Amino acid sequence: MVDKIIIENLSLQYSDGTESLRGVSMEIRQNAVTVLFGPAGGGKSTLLRCLNRLNDLTEVKASSGRILIDGENILDPKTDVIALRRKVGMVFARPVTLPMSIRENIIYGLELMGEKRKSKLDEAVERSLKLSAIWDEIKDRLDEPAIALSGGQQQRVCLARVLALQPEIVLLDEPTSGLDPISTGKVEAALLELKKEYTVILVPHSVQQAARTADHAAFFLTGELIEYGDGKTLFTNPKQKKTEDYVMGRFG
Amino acid sequence: MMTKFLSRNRHTVQRLGFSVITLVAVFTVLPIIGTVIYILVKGGSAISWEFLSGFPHDGMRAGGILPAIIGTLYLTLGTAVFSVPLGIAAAIYLSEYARDNQVTRLIRLAIINLAGIPSVVYGLFGLGLFVLFLQFGTSILAASLTLSIMTLPVIISTSEEALRAVPQSFRTVSISLGATRWQTISRIILKEALPGILTGVILGLERAAGETAPILFTGAAFFLPRLPHSAFDATMALPYHLFVISTQVPEMPIQIQYGTALVLLVFVLTMNVIATVIRSRARARRQW
Repeated sequence: MVDKIIIENLSLQYSDGTESLRGVSMEIRQNAVTVLFGPAGGGKSTLLRCLNRLNDLTEVKASSGRILIDGENILDPKTDVIALRRKVGMVFARPVTLPMSIRENIIYGLELMGEKRKSKLDEAVERSLKLSAIWDEIKDRLDEPAIALSGGQQQRVCLARVLALQPEIVLLDEPTSGLDPISTGKVEAALLELKKEYTVILVPHSVQQAARTADHAAFFLTGELIEYGDGKTLFTNPKQKKTEDYVMGRFG
Repeated sequence: MMTKFLSRNRHTVQRLGFSVITLVAVFTVLPIIGTVIYILVKGGSAISWEFLSGFPHDGMRAGGILPAIIGTLYLTLGTAVFSVPLGIAAAIYLSEYARDNQVTRLIRLAIINLAGIPSVVYGLFGLGLFVLFLQFGTSILAASLTLSIMTLPVIISTSEEALRAVPQSFRTVSISLGATRWQTISRIILKEALPGILTGVILGLERAAGETAPILFTGAAFFLPRLPHSAFDATMALPYHLFVISTQVPEMPIQIQYGTALVLLVFVLTMNVIATVIRSRARARRQW
């Protein structure tokens, strides 16, 4: 197993004093699902947003540490953030389709890169929608507004939109929090399929989902990484008392 | 017993309150309807093809008002040329780029104050800057520039509001897919805000079309025997023409005055209706 991402002593504090990270260090493996879980305000989303520099949009008071992706420190000011965000795709908690057709949503990122060839774009649409397990459901209505789809379908379109860019890493921030169990099942199934090609980092919306999907799991509490290890072991036999309490549902 | 009485009482109070509010609402609409009907009745008889397409003669006591109509059209277009790009650019800066700091706050304060300045002051300012200092003379150019400055605050603040109404999540998603800030604005935000921006633009221009004071010293002519040839010519304009024939010309036939007012009113109301149609259509089509 290769370490795709190495996080070294990462700390971050927002200007308004909310959710922050304190000295987080961890390695994230390639072609696996790594789950970041823990109670709200633990720093999971913040960590995700560091990995594609989306935190650049937020007022950050102070940050330190390094994040190496394929050996390069992406927190370096000289980093090409546009290229980084194409390489590190993100799916958000609420399915946000852009106000355009399904097809236009999928090819949005590619068009930004200047891809105009119809064959390439069509190919990307089909490939990414199949990977997101939604192709069969919507292949005949690609020119309809994406907003007309159900929440679960929209979220899979959002995933497809990320995959169309052929990223190497896929970040998912509670991607099923607003979905019904059937849609959730479909998204989770798609995730397990994804890790064959991608490095997947998931903030799950429940401990159960964490346990179902994790190859590796990291437990975060108030900005600190409490425990990190193999998914199976961490959920059945945690080493830390705090992890055990949370996994057993004693607090949350 | 008691509760029953109270609840009936409450209903009476609600009905009473509701009637009062309805009455007040009706009263606020009455002056507008009254004005329109009054001008329609008084000026309707003056409207004819000759009135709309002819030049005034007999010391403006007869003939048409074509030069004033064309002049107002020119001034409105001239105002749009300057104020629309500038206003939208300023709104994009304020909504999408500016951070909340001292400079931004100063800009906002200036815009708010600009909106509160009496229009005659704009006229004097335009006279000083455009007519005299920049030597544009009393011209369509100088008047359009003056009207532009007056219109800017309306366009900036409505456009900024329209831009801000576009959900933040579109920006985040777009950026996360590798878009630059400008790509996000040009491909998504502007398109979604366009109906709101257009509404603001039209309302701003509508005000410019109806103003007299700002063009009084900068571009309006008392009477011209021909249409203006270039942006450096002065022009007749509907609001100023109305002022002239109402106060400066003795023995002016009253239906010409009201006819002119009617034309100006229709001009402005048409713009208003267009703005409303754009807004309601966009709202029906909006995907968020």
